[in-house]
Amino acid sequence: MDDFQVTDQPIDLAAWRRRLDHTQAGGLVIFEGVARDHHQGRAVRHLDYQGYAPLAVRTGREILASARARWPLLAALGCHRIGHLDIGEAAVWIGTAAAHRAEAFAACAWIMDEVKARVPVWKQETFADGTVAWSQGTVMRSEAPQ
Amino acid sequence: MPDITVLYFAHLRDQRGLDSEHLSTSAATARDLYRELAQRHGLSLPERTLIAAINEVMVRWDSPIADGDTVVFLPPVSGG
Repeated sequence: MDDFQVTDQPIDLAAWRRRLDHTQAGGLVIFEGVARDHHQGRAVRHLDYQGYAPLAVRTGREILASARARWPLLAALGCHRIGHLDIGEAAVWIGTAAAHRAEAFAACAWIMDEVKARVPVWKQETFADGTVAWSQGTVMRSEAPQ
Repeated sequence: MPDITVLYFAHLRDQRGLDSEHLSTSAATARDLYRELAQRHGLSLPERTLIAAINEVMVRWDSPIADGDTVVFLPPVSGG
């Protein structure tokens, strides 16, 4: 299995968790981003994500490789869901394992920040009143020299 | 003129009304192509909010367009 995946199926949280198992690990940190039922005070009915999968996967792998170069990690993995998500479903999963918790916490938070800044995925909210809107988002950070 | 494929995502997909299209273009660069498409189809996102990608690699706006390329203009991202 690839270390970073984009899937239109529900993320198998237990399977990803098992991939963090390591006898040398003293700490595992998992971040799950989940579909919440509100945005800026408005009730949200469901989410729909689009992703440019080939570039999203490549960028995700680069982020994980950078994290492994920066911290002594035993594992660094990630998965982003696309398609239709009901409230409470996991949209993103990031997991790290390290001998000590500080590295695992720091790397997991950093990876998630990088994913939000660099991975080409877009979230659309459908509100309770039926209106639909793309999240404002952040201008993508390109590695290409501009 | 190069024959290329353009993929659309998010706001741009809505505005174009298509996931993708094949077209012949006289545009020499990614910037020229976006301006041509924006004018033709009323794409509203300014260039400064987009990142251009050619053949699954993020590129500069002045990168050349060649026959067979797949070009994508990536709107502000909102993963997570």
